[in-house]
Amino acid sequence: MAAKPQSQAARVEDQGSEFLVFTLGEEEYGIDILKVQEIRGYDADTVTRIANVPPFIKGVTNLRGIIVPIVDLRIKFNLGSVEYNEQTVVIILNLDRRVVGIVVDGVSDVLMLNAGQVRPAPEFGATLSTEYLTGLGTVDERMLILVDIEKLMTSDEMALVEKAAS
Amino acid sequence: MSSGLDLSQFYETFFDEADELLAQMEQLLLELDVQAPDIEQLNAIFRAAHSIKGGAATFGCFQKLAETTHLLENLLDAIRRGEMALRVDMVDTFLETKDVLKSQLDAYRASEEPDDAVYERICAVLRQLAEEGPGGEHAAAAPAAAAAAPVPTPEPEPQPEPVVAAPVAAEPATAAASGDLPTRVHIRKVSEKDAASLLEEMGNLGHVLASDRSGGALTVWVQTSCSADDIEAVCCFIIDADQLQITREAPPAQAAAAPAENSIEQFEQAAATFAPQAAAPTAPAAPAAPAASAPAAASRPARAQQAPAADKESTSIRVGVEKVDQIINLVGELVITQAMLAQTASTLDPVLHDRLLNGMEQLERNARDLQESVMSIRMMPMDYVFSRFPRLVRDIAGKMGKQIELQTYGRATELDKSLIERIIDPLTHLVRNSLDHGIETPEKRVAAGKDPVGQLVLSAQHNGGHIVIEVSDDGGGLSRERILKKALSQGMAVNENMPDEEVWQLIFAPGFSTAEQITDISGRGVGMDVVRRNIQDMGGHVQLSSVPGQGTTTRIILPLTLAILDGMSVRVGEETFILPLNHVTESLQPVEDQLYTVAGNERVMHVRGEYLPLVEMHRVFSVGGAQQDPTQAIVVIMQAEDRRFALLVDHLVGQHQVVVKNLEANYRKVPGISAATILGDGSVALIVDVFALARANREKWAQPEAILN
Repeated sequence: MAAKPQSQAARVEDQGSEFLVFTLGEEEYGIDILKVQEIRGYDADTVTRIANVPPFIKGVTNLRGIIVPIVDLRIKFNLGSVEYNEQTVVIILNLDRRVVGIVVDGVSDVLMLNAGQVRPAPEFGATLSTEYLTGLGTVDERMLILVDIEKLMTSDEMALVEKAAS
Repeated sequence: MSSGLDLSQFYETFFDEADELLAQMEQLLLELDVQAPDIEQLNAIFRAAHSIKGGAATFGCFQKLAETTHLLENLLDAIRRGEMALRVDMVDTFLETKDVLKSQLDAYRASEEPDDAVYERICAVLRQLAEEGPGGEHAAAAPAAAAAAPVPTPEPEPQPEPVVAAPVAAEPATAAASGDLPTRVHIRKVSEKDAASLLEEMGNLGHVLASDRSGGALTVWVQTSCSADDIEAVCCFIIDADQLQITREAPPAQAAAAPAENSIEQFEQAAATFAPQAAAPTAPAAPAAPAASAPAAASRPARAQQAPAADKESTSIRVGVEKVDQIINLVGELVITQAMLAQTASTLDPVLHDRLLNGMEQLERNARDLQESVMSIRMMPMDYVFSRFPRLVRDIAGKMGKQIELQTYGRATELDKSLIERIIDPLTHLVRNSLDHGIETPEKRVAAGKDPVGQLVLSAQHNGGHIVIEVSDDGGGLSRERILKKALSQGMAVNENMPDEEVWQLIFAPGFSTAEQITDISGRGVGMDVVRRNIQDMGGHVQLSSVPGQGTTTRIILPLTLAILDGMSVRVGEETFILPLNHVTESLQPVEDQLYTVAGNERVMHVRGEYLPLVEMHRVFSVGGAQQDPTQAIVVIMQAEDRRFALLVDHLVGQHQVVVKNLEANYRKVPGISAATILGDGSVALIVDVFALARANREKWAQPEAILN
C-alpha cells in the first residue's frame, strides 16, 4: 500500500504523509500508515477476555505467537451500536516496540494528505481530547479525523501501558 | 602503534579479556593463603596483571590502566620471587587495586578518562608498598626500585634505565657509536633450550647486536628501547630473576664470531623472528631461518599461559541473548503447532491413519527433546552468582572485625539466565544480613562457647521442578522478643503466642529492622520486604528458620525457568485458565457438609481437619455462566508459600507443559494473572498468579479489583 505511486500533485507541493482511513460508525478516521503492521478480520473466539479491565479492552489474542491486546475503539469513543460482523476488522498497530490491535468497523482507504489539507482540530468534549488529534483532514468533501494513534494508545486513559509510577 | 591501523576495533575484545582477567585475579587473590602462598597462584596472578598491562600498553591510549597494572605487576613479581613477604594488608591493597582497575576499565569502555584522584591514590599506595621493602638479595631488587621511581610508562622510552644489578667490568667499546649503549643481558646457568627462547625474546624486544654462549651462561647485547625491568619481566617467564644481570655496555667486537656454533644459529633465528616485526634495517641479514626449525618455542611458558583461553574458545561460543531467546520462541511455536496437530490428529481413525499417528508421536518426542535442549542453553551454573560472594564476605568481615568462613555448595546447579541475574540482589542482601546481624563478633562467639570463626553457607540444589537456594549462618539466630517488640512499636497486629514461623514472617514487612544501629551494610529496614517481593516476582518464595544461639537459615525456592511451566488447565464458565501445577496439591468435589460461611459472605472449606478459605474463580475474574454451586463444581487445593486455599473451578481439563508468554510485552500486568500461554487450538489462556490470589485472599475479597492491584 505504502509503495503505490504518488500523484504528481502531491510530489510537487510537499511530501505530505499517507493515512490509513477507517470508519467507526459514521465517522472516518485516519492514522499514520507507518504505524500499521497489518489488518485482520475480527474473530471473537480467538480473543481471551481479561477480568477487571475497562470494557473497551476486549482481551488478548494470539498473533503468531505474540500475545496482543485488542482494544475496541468504538466502545472507547462511545459510538452507539457496536456490532461484530464480517466487515469488522482489527488493525494491528506497531507502536514503539509494542503491538496492539484496534477493532474498527471497516477500513476504506489509504490517502495522501499534504499540509494544506489538514486543519487544526477545534476543542471538543471529553471523549476524545484534542491532545490525541493531529488535526482534521479534508478530502473531496469528506472530513477525516486524524488521530495520533501512538499517543492515544500509550496514554493513561487507555490503560494499555503500565503507569510509570506504579 | 603508529601503523595507521585502527586499533579501536580491538578495544572491545581487550575490555572483555581484561574483565575476565580481573575476575580471575580477584578469585586467585581470595584463594591465596597469606602464610604460605602457592607459587603457581602467585604466578597466575602475576600473569593476569602482566597480560592486562601488555594489552593496555599496546593500544597506547589506556595510560592509567597500564600504569596502575604496571605498579601492581612489579609488586606481584617481587612477591612471587620471594623478595617480599606477602601480608594480609597487601592482599587487601591488591583487591582494592583490582577494583580501581575495574573502574578504570569501565571508564575507558565508556570512552571516558578514569578518575584522576583515585588513580593517583592507588598508585601512591602501590609505590609505598614497593618502597617498604624488598628483603633479601640485592641483585634482584630491580622491580621494587623501579616501582619506587617515578615510574616509566610501559611505552618505549629511550632513557637509560637505572642500573640496579651488580656492575660488570665495563669494557668501553669503540664499536659503539656515540648514541646509547646497548643493553647487555647476562644470564647465568641457562640450558640450551631456554637460551634459544631467551634469544628469541630478545629479538622481540629490539635489535640483537651480538650474543655469547659460554660456560653455561648466555650474554646478549641488544639495542632496545625497553627498560631493564621490562626485559627482566620478559625473561622471568623462562628463568629466575637472580640468574639475570642487566647492564649497559657495548658488545665486544668479536663476540658474535667467537662462541659455539649453535649459538650463532640461535642468534640467526632470533634475528629472523625479529626482522619481520620491527622494520629496523640493521638486522644482520639472516638467511631467513625457517620458522619450523625453531626448537622448543612452543614450550615457552609465555605461550602456555594463553593455552587455557584458547581451549575455552574452542569449546564454547559467545552468542547474543536475543538470538537464544529467538530460538526459544521459535521452538515454543513449534511445540504449540505440534500440540495443535496432535489435537486434530486425535480425531482421526487410528486404524486408517496408523502411520500418520505414529509420525505424530515421534514429532512430539522430538519437539520435546528439542525444547529441552534449547532451554538448557539458557541455563547457567549458580557459580555465576556464588563467585561474587567470597569478596563481599571478606570485605564486610574485615570491616566489621568478624571472622567468617564462607562455604558454597552446589555451584554447578543450573538455573535460567534471567533468574540468575535477578537472584543476585536478593541473595546479596541476605548474605549482608547474615554477616551484619547474624554472625556475632569473635568475642561474643567465644563467650557463647562457639568457634570464633563464623560459618556462612551458601548452597543451591535442585528439588523437583524447583531450585532451592539456602543462605545459612551459625550466628545468634533471630530474636523473637526483639521482633515482637519492634512489631508492637510499629503498630502491627501481633501477640506473644504467635508461632515462630509467623514471627519470622514479620521481618519481611516493609520498614522493619531490628538492628540496634544502622550500619552502611544493612539495617535500614528497606531490605527484607524488597527481597521477598523480588523473589515473588520470580515466581518463588522465601522461608526462614532460626534457632536462637545456633543460627538462621533463609531458603529461597524458585522455579527452574520462567519460560516453561507445568500447568493444569481448568474451565470456569466458557473460559480456560492455567494453574501452575507445582502449587496444586489436590482436587476434590466438595460436599455440603464441608462448607461453612463466615460473616455471611465468606466461605471456608473443611478439608481433613483444616479450614481453608474458599476462593471462587468466577468471582475473582468475574466470569459469567460459571457453576455457582460449589457441590456441583471442583475445588483445587492450592499452596502458596505457607498459605493454602481452596480454589473453586467448574472442572479440570488436563495437564500440559505450557510456554509462558509475557503479558507485559504488549500489554500490562493484569491483576491476579502472572502470564499467558497459547493453547493447542491457538487461543490464549491466562495463567493464574497463585501468590496474588493467596495475598488478596488474606486481605478479604471485598473489592477484588482493588486488592489485586
